Amino acid sequence: MIDSALLNASVSELHQLLTTRQVSSAELTKGYLERIDLLNGKLNAVVTVCAEQAIEDASRADERRTRGEGNILTGIPLLHKDIFCTQGVTTTCGSRMLEHFVPAYDATVVARLKAAGVVMLGKCNMDEFAMGSSNETSFFGAVKNPWDTNCVPGGSSGGSAAALAAGMAPLVTGTDTGGSIRQPASLCGVTGLKPTYGRVSRLGIIAFASSLDQAGPMARSAADCAHMLTAISGLDTGDSTSADRAVPDFFSELTGDISGLRIGMPREYFNDDLDSEVRAQVMSALTELEKAGAQLVDIDLPHSHYAIATYYVLAPAEASANLARYDGVRFGYRCADPADLEDLYFRSRSEGFGEEVQRRILVGTYALSAGFYDAYFNKAQQVRRVISDDFRSAFQSVDIIAGPSAPGVAFPFGAKQQDPVAMYMEDIYTLAVNLAGLPGLSTPAGLVNGMPVGLQLIGKPFDESTILNAAHRLQLDTDWHRARPAIEDHVA
Amino acid sequence: MSISQEDVEKVALLARLSIAQTDLPEVTERFGRVLQLVNELNTIDTEGVAPMSNPHDMVQRLRPDVVTGSDEREALMSCAPAQDQGYFLVPKVID
Repeated sequence: MIDSALLNASVSELHQLLTTRQVSSAELTKGYLERIDLLNGKLNAVVTVCAEQAIEDASRADERRTRGEGNILTGIPLLHKDIFCTQGVTTTCGSRMLEHFVPAYDATVVARLKAAGVVMLGKCNMDEFAMGSSNETSFFGAVKNPWDTNCVPGGSSGGSAAALAAGMAPLVTGTDTGGSIRQPASLCGVTGLKPTYGRVSRLGIIAFASSLDQAGPMARSAADCAHMLTAISGLDTGDSTSADRAVPDFFSELTGDISGLRIGMPREYFNDDLDSEVRAQVMSALTELEKAGAQLVDIDLPHSHYAIATYYVLAPAEASANLARYDGVRFGYRCADPADLEDLYFRSRSEGFGEEVQRRILVGTYALSAGFYDAYFNKAQQVRRVISDDFRSAFQSVDIIAGPSAPGVAFPFGAKQQDPVAMYMEDIYTLAVNLAGLPGLSTPAGLVNGMPVGLQLIGKPFDESTILNAAHRLQLDTDWHRARPAIEDHVA
Repeated sequence: MSISQEDVEKVALLARLSIAQTDLPEVTERFGRVLQLVNELNTIDTEGVAPMSNPHDMVQRLRPDVVTGSDEREALMSCAPAQDQGYFLVPKVID
């Protein structure tokens, strides 16, 4: 069995070991597959394991490296969130609706990573259709947080975050529509980045809210996120909202120099909604950045309060339109013995979708229906601009914005399940970033009562480099990102 | 603005979702809580603000109208729950 220290190594370290032939991709892949086998019964983080294909791909990556080909990601094992279409591999989106759906093509993110020689180990559990902040809405059962298996891992990329924290893969993908990368990254103590809207192609990502959805990397460090971001970013003509912007080598932009960096601290993000111990941890992370030469500046994002209301009109509205495609006819779940076409539609959808998904479809349908369109959808799109303008004004005087990633640490299962609004509050610090289309990341900022806290860093549009560099600086100066849960003790 | 069970049933009809009568009170109650949350939007003045549908105010990019990709009909049809000779099968619609 492979050394567990190796399973917690960074991509850069693994690349070094692969280059010097101290380990092969095939050995690494087997090591991670064993780790998944060992821990997944406890965590339920992975829904599909592709063992045979992974070992084959790993051998091919080893051959590439032997020929002197490839790049830093060649032969590095990875898990994809089960929202990314993977050709020939079941893609469930955490839903009964897509329990047996086998896509005919790869998402662009999957194809680009495959071309780089990354080895897909399998697919990660998630909240159904990415709608949730605790992973409790998955049709395949909740994911458990490796730091405390009585607690949620966050969501919706909770399977990805938990698998990464437990050492099941060195690199995972996530998607973030309102916080679904940053909040679980915070709750599981890993680094996760939501890129600028348009930076990463949405082709082949099962749609939730198309004007908000973005895919991004989750890893053990900002440096590892930078490597993956470089590989997945860039124009894709298959996604009409994909941005035609030059993609830097994000890793080479990590100078670690943040002297003179102006960091804005929104007063609205440090108010009473924030757990006081979490606030203390976030402040100690900001103090570290200050010691490294950054300047902390108080700022205002006066309409922050409206982000939740705006989001919970726009995201359900877009979702209700996107999820209209699930009709029991062309793909996905179909009810048994439909009496007629109407019965086929109604029962396939009601049996195929879970409670939270149905609630959002209902809310979205309501917001788009005749008589309510102006009062809800149009109004929310106006407030979206007001919120976006707040950020634009703030960025006149600061380079990045910092705050907490989530209002607290991971909470016990069931704690917020009965009240949808209480669950929605989990994303109060992340939603506005999606509304404004900005890049945001969460980096570990220590523990509160043994559970991880995340610092969120928000950047200007297409300036992922500056927030990654600030997180990198923090990770050079502190060991918070190296903290690992003692999950093996639970298994033994 | 609160919502009645009747309103919820009407919206469910539009969304092609069926809600069991026994679930209706709870669905309505939770729907109402979400509406109460989003009704906060009424407290902000947005007179003259242009609605934002894309965060970068990007417009759709057009491409030349030429055939791209390959014919994947068979692979795509294989995802259908019921099909025959290239057609999706549905229950009888016309007697």
